[in-house]
Amino acid sequence: MKDNGNGRAKKKVNEIGLSRSDYKGRPTTLCQGCGHNSISSQIMAACYDLSIQPENVIKISGIGCSSKSPTYFMSRSHGFNAVHGRMPSIATGASIANRSLKTIGVSGDGDTASIGIGQFIHLMRRNVPMVYIIENNGVYGLTKGQFSATADQGQKLKKMGVNPFMPIDLCMEALIANCGFVARSFAGDPKQVKELLKSALNFQGTAVLDIISPCVTFNNRDESTKSYSWGIEHEYPLHDVTWVPSYDEIEMEIEPGEIVEVELHNKSRLVLKKLEHNHDASDRLAAMQLLEETCCAEILATGLIYLNLNQETFQSVENLVDKPLARLQQDQLRPAKEALEKVMDDFR
Amino acid sequence: MSKSQVKQKEESDAMESQRPIVNDFTLVVATVNGSGSQTSNLALIRAFFRMGIPVCGKNLFPSNIQGLPTWYTIRVNAKGYTANKLKADLLVAMNMATFRDDLKDLKQGGVCFYDDRLAEPADRPDIIFYPIPIRDLVHEADPPKQLREYVANMAYVGVLTEILEIDIEEIRSALDTHFGGREKSIALNMKMIELAASWARDNLPKRDPYRVERMPRDEELLLVDGNTAAALGAIYGGVTVASWYPITPASSLAETLEYYLPHLRSDPETGKATYAVIQAEDELAAIGMAVGAGWVGARAMTSTSGPGISLMSEFTGLAFFAEIPIVIWDVQRMGPSTGLPTRTSQGDVLTLRFLSHGDTLHTILIPAAPHECFEFGWRAFDLAERFQTPVFVLSDLDLGMNQWVSKPFQYPEVDMDRGKVLSAQDLEKLGDYGRYRDVDGDGIAPRTLPGTDHPLAAFFTRGTGHDERAIYSENAQDWDANIERLWRKLDNVRDALPAPVVQRMGDAEVGIIAFGSTDPAIIEAREYLSGEGLATDYLRIRAIPFSKTVEDFIQEHEVVYVIEMNTAGQMHQLLQLEWPALATKLVSLTKNNGVPLDADWTFEAVRNAEEQRHEG
Repeated sequence: MKDNGNGRAKKKVNEIGLSRSDYKGRPTTLCQGCGHNSISSQIMAACYDLSIQPENVIKISGIGCSSKSPTYFMSRSHGFNAVHGRMPSIATGASIANRSLKTIGVSGDGDTASIGIGQFIHLMRRNVPMVYIIENNGVYGLTKGQFSATADQGQKLKKMGVNPFMPIDLCMEALIANCGFVARSFAGDPKQVKELLKSALNFQGTAVLDIISPCVTFNNRDESTKSYSWGIEHEYPLHDVTWVPSYDEIEMEIEPGEIVEVELHNKSRLVLKKLEHNHDASDRLAAMQLLEETCCAEILATGLIYLNLNQETFQSVENLVDKPLARLQQDQLRPAKEALEKVMDDFR
Repeated sequence: MSKSQVKQKEESDAMESQRPIVNDFTLVVATVNGSGSQTSNLALIRAFFRMGIPVCGKNLFPSNIQGLPTWYTIRVNAKGYTANKLKADLLVAMNMATFRDDLKDLKQGGVCFYDDRLAEPADRPDIIFYPIPIRDLVHEADPPKQLREYVANMAYVGVLTEILEIDIEEIRSALDTHFGGREKSIALNMKMIELAASWARDNLPKRDPYRVERMPRDEELLLVDGNTAAALGAIYGGVTVASWYPITPASSLAETLEYYLPHLRSDPETGKATYAVIQAEDELAAIGMAVGAGWVGARAMTSTSGPGISLMSEFTGLAFFAEIPIVIWDVQRMGPSTGLPTRTSQGDVLTLRFLSHGDTLHTILIPAAPHECFEFGWRAFDLAERFQTPVFVLSDLDLGMNQWVSKPFQYPEVDMDRGKVLSAQDLEKLGDYGRYRDVDGDGIAPRTLPGTDHPLAAFFTRGTGHDERAIYSENAQDWDANIERLWRKLDNVRDALPAPVVQRMGDAEVGIIAFGSTDPAIIEAREYLSGEGLATDYLRIRAIPFSKTVEDFIQEHEVVYVIEMNTAGQMHQLLQLEWPALATKLVSLTKNNGVPLDADWTFEAVRNAEEQRHEG
């Protein structure tokens, strides 16, 4: 920190003059070491880096450990802890009522893959502008250790025995629902989580991030695909992803043919640097194939799985006025008396 | 006139059929669902309406797209009695499958117009039969083949026009309205109507006493259904987000929003929408969207019926405890699943009052006519935003989907009440803010809307477990204080609601309490009771929680009959809960078979109860 001349250390601030502490939330009440806390930190970091005004963000969630986490980041944003699995409908109503807000939804595998699966699919079908984060740990934490619908087949849990059912792959569901931004990451890879979050926050439609976020209390045994150790051992980043603001020159060592650069609607860019695998994120079928193959091979493929910039958003389909609906006043909301007289003539 | 006198008169009228019966009959049209008879029936009812005759139209239809029987009842009554009537004076029989049963519901000495392909029964010599050669008339009119069945229904319109002396120009004008002035459609139908009328003139000598006659028309009155009125009321109340899921009998409310909003609420310069109507994936999502929009500050609503209300239960409770304004229309129908989803009922009273888990208590508005649907349509938003709570509007299939003669809709005379909302400037001035802090002492804590540009603006919304700064708390004292404030707020709702409507007859010792769509039946039945020497006072409840006027009304009477269309006597139970000391004065009279309440049953129910009371 630099000295500002008054003898006090000057805080480092972002472009809108806010310091990191302006993005802080309340102290977490989740378990020590919970993957969700690491994701909350990256949300704060990404919003700070992007100079997002916290007052312009809404944080919404359903029910569960993950859904508690919006309390633990960005206290200067309005938050809403809704009912189980129905955060998408709150997001839909809230974002249509005020199109200028940035919506961050946090859900879990229990919240999204069970009661919430219908609303999850329909949210993507409408392409509601928001970042939809799933903190995926394969287990119910708040109710103390039941299987979720993303738990591995054959997985053992202390009080539940063996899970006989196939897991639901939420990225696959997102692809099938035509979601335009599908990413998977791992809470143990904070750098990637942060870059994907920045990209998602700059995407104009629904952006889904399925983040494997280990539950240290109920599901962190080495053999679980939702554990830290498994993730660290099996993570396979598809590329090195970096988000770049519109005005920045790309400063990296570029080897020709190994960089894919995508310009988002707001002119900022996603830079995907090729690693060993050659995944084409614009190919939906290839994305499905990747999920299928890596799942069978017990590989945790992370990164941007699919990107499609050519879908109309819900707001644009609804052809709304520019001013947020929630800010309209009587003069725009109540038609004239004469118009009512004319309407009543239909019934005379 | 007393009820028995009315009956005697009706019978003698039938016997000496020479004496004309003018502007007083009930006509039932029995057809097959999906055959297109609705246009014919609407043309008839609109023609009566434009002739200045009080009228109602009630559609008794099956849960089916095509093929099952359907009945349309039109009642004209010069005195303005427009309640449902079970025994018809006139029948138009177009459905072979129900012909014999339909005749059973035709009163002694009634009149039956029938498709001459049906066989005229020999066992009803009392009935005046008019066979109509539908097939031949259609053949002669020669409409395009694909419209033949549809146009065939106009044949009975033509015959009725001639026999009942309906002004054919009013039929034409009704079709003009129906087809939005499309000449080709009007001409096609009028051709059939004129042909049938002319055939009737030549071939059907009039043998019955019924006819209509023009009355002085109040040009202000409307012929409209409650769902249309509700939608328009919502539009004038500034609805900005309406989310819904298709369900009979509520769908037409949202569909009417979709129809009128583009005309009434598009930005004049850009043509863009100042509203969003969203067909959700189910009622769970429909209410979720409304709650999300209401939280952000939009005037948000949803409309549904009983099954949807059940699905909305959880979110309603959250909105109640998180204090989020939303408006929910419940157009009631019979109970769950298949069977009677297209029949009317008042069975959701208790459900709505207590909907959701853990100690909720809701505000309910209860309109009884389309003009009240309009008024409560906009008023509900003011109440919801002022008190930051879900507000229900309780309608039903009869009011929502049937045709009613209504007073004109009154343009809202007051400015919108957007409730206590703090701006960034307000927050700057205050220097401190707690979402659930009762600064004014009325239990209503000011809210801020997401997006308010001030570091103090934000708060975290959750159902239970918050202190007055909306910070997570499981502290018992915090919750005690919050609940105490919440219930104080709700108690203040009472005085802001539409007052009951009271009609008196001198100093009657008998009172009647009813609500909603049963109003016309109660009004008519009281007239019959009065004819028998039984004076009654009538209080119509228009909102829950109840006004003090209701308590006074019960106090003032020896006995109060609570009449409603459900089996459990739900309003009766609510009244007993509210004033246990008065419970013994309240007597429940219920009817719940899916058919709109009629005056005959109401008259008899009260008379029998009175007899019992005096015997007992």
